[in-house]
Amino acid sequence: MSLLKLNNIEKRYPGVKALDGVDFQLREGEVHALLGENGAGKSTLVKVMTGALQGDGGSMTYRGEPLRLKSTAQAQSVGISTVYQEVNLLPNLSVAQNLYLGREPKKFGLIDWKRIREQSREVLKRFALDIDVTQPLSSYSVAIQQLVAIARGVDMSAKVLVLDEPTASLDSDEVEQLFGVMRELRDQGIGIVFITHFLDQVYAVSDRITVLRSGCLVGEFETAKLPREELVGHMLGKELQAQAHRAQERDERATGEPLLEMDQVAVRGSLQPTSMTVRRGEAVGLAGLLGSGRSEVCRAVFGVDKKSSGKLKFSGRERSFRKPAEAIEAGLALCPEDRKASGIVGPLSIRENIALAVQARRGWWRPMSRAEQQELADRFIAELQIATPDADKPIEQLSGGNQQKVILARWLATNPELLVLDEPTRGVDIGAHAEILKLIKKLCGEGMSLLVTSSELEELVAFSDRVAVMRDRKKVAEIEGEDISENNIMQAIAEA
Amino acid sequence: MNNLQPAAAKEQPVSPAGPRGLLPPLNGRYLWPLLGLVLLLAINLVLAPEFFQIKIVDGRLYGSLIDVLNRSAPVALLAIGMTLVIATGGIDLSVGATMAIAGAVCANMLVGGVDSIFLIVAGGMAIGILIGAVNGSLVSFLGIQPIVATLILMVAGRGIAQLINSGQIVTFQNEAFTFIGTGSVLGVPFPIVLVLIVFAAVQLLMRKTALGLFVESVGCNAGASHYLGVNARAVKMMVYCIAGLCAAFAGMIAAADIQGSDANNAGLWLELDAILAVVIGGASLMGGRFSLVLSLVGVLIIQCLSTTIIMSGVPPKYNLVIKALVVIFVLLLQSPRFQAQIGALIALARSRNNKSVGERAEA
Repeated sequence: MSLLKLNNIEKRYPGVKALDGVDFQLREGEVHALLGENGAGKSTLVKVMTGALQGDGGSMTYRGEPLRLKSTAQAQSVGISTVYQEVNLLPNLSVAQNLYLGREPKKFGLIDWKRIREQSREVLKRFALDIDVTQPLSSYSVAIQQLVAIARGVDMSAKVLVLDEPTASLDSDEVEQLFGVMRELRDQGIGIVFITHFLDQVYAVSDRITVLRSGCLVGEFETAKLPREELVGHMLGKELQAQAHRAQERDERATGEPLLEMDQVAVRGSLQPTSMTVRRGEAVGLAGLLGSGRSEVCRAVFGVDKKSSGKLKFSGRERSFRKPAEAIEAGLALCPEDRKASGIVGPLSIRENIALAVQARRGWWRPMSRAEQQELADRFIAELQIATPDADKPIEQLSGGNQQKVILARWLATNPELLVLDEPTRGVDIGAHAEILKLIKKLCGEGMSLLVTSSELEELVAFSDRVAVMRDRKKVAEIEGEDISENNIMQAIAEA
Repeated sequence: MNNLQPAAAKEQPVSPAGPRGLLPPLNGRYLWPLLGLVLLLAINLVLAPEFFQIKIVDGRLYGSLIDVLNRSAPVALLAIGMTLVIATGGIDLSVGATMAIAGAVCANMLVGGVDSIFLIVAGGMAIGILIGAVNGSLVSFLGIQPIVATLILMVAGRGIAQLINSGQIVTFQNEAFTFIGTGSVLGVPFPIVLVLIVFAAVQLLMRKTALGLFVESVGCNAGASHYLGVNARAVKMMVYCIAGLCAAFAGMIAAADIQGSDANNAGLWLELDAILAVVIGGASLMGGRFSLVLSLVGVLIIQCLSTTIIMSGVPPKYNLVIKALVVIFVLLLQSPRFQAQIGALIALARSRNNKSVGERAEA
């Protein structure tokens, strides 16, 4: 039976049609995956169905009744709950307080803390969570926080649960735990809209798939009857080409003298003494689990964290970068892992975001003219296929993949000798993912030196000349040439 | 006697300059504060048409409009500096006290027998920059929150000014220095001229170098700015120094105006007017995009308002309350949510109209 139905939804932004007559139907007791590339209109559609945005056209019905949502609060009150990628709760309050925030059970007009605690335990039991509900939310892992957010949504008698990339920051066990809960909720008749970038997860948990592309509906499919290649084809609007392996090219590529040499470089509190070398024209991959010291290497090389011991040589000279500006001056560039906090300058335009690093290097007294900025921005928008009507759009209005391309453009504009990419494909959808990988390979081909971290091993295998494996904040292995394979890297990560 | 048209006198901040010229385009962001100002002027036109009369007496312009501009000069100067500080995500509460210190330094130099007006003005400017540098160091090197860091000098600054004045009100007679407060250039009172000069200089500094971009970048995302090589410390240092310098100019106007330095009252609470002006101009206290023009519009709104209330014959005791109400109204006008709600109301009224027309047609 149909639970939530959106008919012919339209949404226009200045210069873009974000949704162009999209239909979407969520049935009772199903997990419905909503898929699409960057700028396909997923987020906009979710915002419309959760009341965060009002469509310019079209209609909605909810359990057979017409529905007009004016706010997320209204959506919540009728039973449509949303859990976002970043947990939207208050980390400093207790789990129980978070669960009942704004709807605390009262006794004589005062908050009945005892009942809150009891009910909280009750609710969480349903999610197979046996945790101390009086502890602050922040004392638990992101996965548990995520589950608490879902529990809160479900407990507010949700009939529709929208999960916007809930798995982005979870490890595989935690993902399984979340899926268990999702299946159970589905069996209770709740309709779940599931948005993710991971195709494996789509096939693991969803019953139906709706694919969007450039604001239009491509179609609704039953997951079991849709082969994976076909799904990717629908999302991209073309056949996905097999990832070419670079094994042969690798041997042919002559690598030059050492460009970056780390000799027992350590950072107090975050990096154990680590040595590694990046030669000119070489692409070095950094593998390892979250918290293994991958990002810490990048940060130490780029001067974000000051090294406490060891020697760092760049271009043959011993260097000790105290801040990024010095590293940039020497010819380094870093695309940071946390795009939102350390990458984009949100309200500024694409043009300004691209020009900033070049401008910072030139200094404030030698400004780039607007025409120079525009030319730079236009060149990279075309070269990296950044999807935007013009360069004056604030970068925060772009999708994750396009934001990442702008950050890449920013650094390529400085013409660096060594480009450090910390998780360049994180939180980026499959289309942009492929394009960014293609770009990395192209840069390799042009002889740029790269140091790239990634949690996706097949990525590292695809372009690395050498892979350094990190564990417990130090390098534990280095794999070269023919030996680079997902299997070998995994073994090195896992070895005790 | 000359009567000038109000439009000609008022529209100087609006310029049809191209996109991102020195002066900004007239888009939504600029529309609402300007609308507030125009509305206020329209009220004056109805209540007291003489508000717009400008006379020339002894080669100097006189009239309510000129008064408004002249009286708003100190706050306008503070607001120019405050705009930059707020754009970096900071705030400077010490500018009022800085006015007092700069006034005290100039007054004591005058009394102490320094003859050169250049030396005296340079002394005032130097102390302003020094105070800005102290604020800037506290914020950027010691990492103290701006509101706390500048609160120190807001409180201590008046004490320092009193110490400089030995607890007295120091008065002086000096024609050259008094000119800063009461002189005029080509008929225009000098404080207005000074505001225009400082505005032009700061605007050029911000928009014709990359400083403005760096200020906005640091204000929008200090972390990312650090990663991409912007020297956020230097940028912050710079804006606090500019704010200090602007405050020193304002202090010199205040001192020259009364031919003396009153450590207790010079610039008292003016930092709050300056912050209010920047906010009315539509800037976010979180930092980010800034517009000096809009802040100056904010200053004019505040000053126009006081004058309007007095001229409209409302008893002065209502002054502050009415001011508060108008400020709330202007801020509401700028709120996207309020605009959307008004828009929805208008649409609703329209659809009702159409409906009733339709019903009549059917009947």
